[in-house]
Amino acid sequence: MLGFTRAQSAGFVLMVAILLAAPFVAYPIFLMQVMCYALFAMGANLLMGYIGLLSLGQAAFFGMGGYVGGYAVQSLHLTPELGVVLGGLTGAAIGVVFGWLAIRRQTIYFAMITLALAQFVNFFAVQDTGFTGGENGMQNIPRGKLFGMVALGPDLHLYAFTLVIFLAGFLFAHRVIHSPFGQVVKAIRENESRAISLGYKVDQYKWIIFIIAAFLAGIAGALNALVTKIVTLTDVGNVTSAIVVLMVLVGGIGTVFGPLIGAAIVIAMQYYLASFSDWVTVIQGVIFIACVLLFRRGVVGEFAAKLKLSL
Amino acid sequence: MMMIFGKPAPLLFGQLLLGIINGSFYAMLSLGLAIIFGLLRVINFAHGALFMVGAFVTWGLLHYLGIDYWVALFAAPLIVGAFGLLLERGLIRFTYKLDILYGLLLTFGLALVLEGLFTNGFGSSGVSYNGPDILSGTLDLGFMFLPVYRGFVIVAAALVCFAVWFTIERTRLGALLRAATENPSLVQAFGVNVPRLVALTFAGGVALAGFAGVLAAPLYSVNPNMGSDLINTVFAVVVIGGMGSIGGAILTGFGLGVIQGFTEVFYPPASSVVVFAVMAIVLLARPAGLFGKAA
Repeated sequence: MLGFTRAQSAGFVLMVAILLAAPFVAYPIFLMQVMCYALFAMGANLLMGYIGLLSLGQAAFFGMGGYVGGYAVQSLHLTPELGVVLGGLTGAAIGVVFGWLAIRRQTIYFAMITLALAQFVNFFAVQDTGFTGGENGMQNIPRGKLFGMVALGPDLHLYAFTLVIFLAGFLFAHRVIHSPFGQVVKAIRENESRAISLGYKVDQYKWIIFIIAAFLAGIAGALNALVTKIVTLTDVGNVTSAIVVLMVLVGGIGTVFGPLIGAAIVIAMQYYLASFSDWVTVIQGVIFIACVLLFRRGVVGEFAAKLKLSL
Repeated sequence: MMMIFGKPAPLLFGQLLLGIINGSFYAMLSLGLAIIFGLLRVINFAHGALFMVGAFVTWGLLHYLGIDYWVALFAAPLIVGAFGLLLERGLIRFTYKLDILYGLLLTFGLALVLEGLFTNGFGSSGVSYNGPDILSGTLDLGFMFLPVYRGFVIVAAALVCFAVWFTIERTRLGALLRAATENPSLVQAFGVNVPRLVALTFAGGVALAGFAGVLAAPLYSVNPNMGSDLINTVFAVVVIGGMGSIGGAILTGFGLGVIQGFTEVFYPPASSVVVFAVMAIVLLARPAGLFGKAA
């Protein structure tokens, strides 16, 4: 039903086992952030890896998802699962508009347009301090009670919640790709003119993928707001857009497990290099360059190529 | 006081002037991007960072070597251009055979490295640079006061833009460049060293960014983020104008600066997003851009 290859099934089982055991070994907040960013990167990977569009404005959906999700929980006193759903819908709604504009151009123009459109959201977040908190950000976001019953305050409770959403998102993204729809999407990546001549409405496919990516980004943003209890201008800024692209690139563009591995590597780097503050940017830049020149397939891609498997 | 459209004239002219100045930078930077893209098929995301490097080089020349502004006006673009040559030969040329997006990602990484390095070296608040004394003070034009340096920036930018346009559209070198843009292998078959032409084109485009950096140094605070703040707008300018036409890039740059200036007069909050709004409208009405071919 899920359409995993045998290797992917094994990988999936291994991934679930590791994620179940991990919070007893590693810092749960770190692991939850990895899963949030992995969700975020899975959306970006749908765009970059499967339909061949590079968006440099994904943080707009992630950040606004975070703001709306945080607002819903903090000020409207909604339950956390509703906050996450609202965050995802916010991302998707912005994605509908931005995608509608951006799919009119391709490749580098698409990248520049998404970057420019994200500035609107950025501008809004800086200006409307009543809602977003401006420079201070939205602080002390409560985690609330799941369905009004189970408190998510304890890290392990929130971890379980995050894990469920992450796995749902993972299976959803895989289901999208491994479907007749997904086959057309890949055909568009391989040869857009041929897909058009075969009668496919290429723009609609691009738009739908863009909206799905924005939806996943919104969910990830709202979830991240619950995990870190804070949403700031960084979450909606260009650096975050760059980081998610880096995650996809490092993990492996167009691989199933790449976004998770990429997110784990980049977030770990930020944790361990936090004391070097400004050098983090330099190191991230060097990794960008190294990935482009030396390992374009990314960690998962290189690994899969060695084993002659599809992961 | 004279009023135009219900606004005091000095305010209107003052903002128009600021708009033209911003437009000069948009024009110079989008021009460099267009030239580089034309031949290399690479959109240089490090362009803003190299603009910033140009401003820092100007400051460094004075601060460490005591070299003044007038020399820096020529030296800094050369230094930035030479640096660009190294980048092209050392890194960027390896992306030509790959998907077009890899060139973007590589230069994007380059921008992060440069900005990170300068932040480490000079802090995020940066340094300040005083322009030459002869250009300080203001000129009374009758209808407004014009700070001399600002007038100089507009003239210098316009001259450089014209010179670049002239070189590309009216000289033999430009003809070669245009031919290589159309069909590199054919031009190579005629005995032209195309890889060298490509490298020099990149250096030239980057030198333009360096030159813009020199002009910007006395105007704005010289800081590591000055390029990334500007370049987002420049990319929108490039989307609006399309990169197919040199004249188009220049016109679009100046035009959007003026639109931004007017927005500052009539509805200030919108001035920082008006360029992006224009971009959205152009995408709806003319998806290929004002001067562009479909891409």
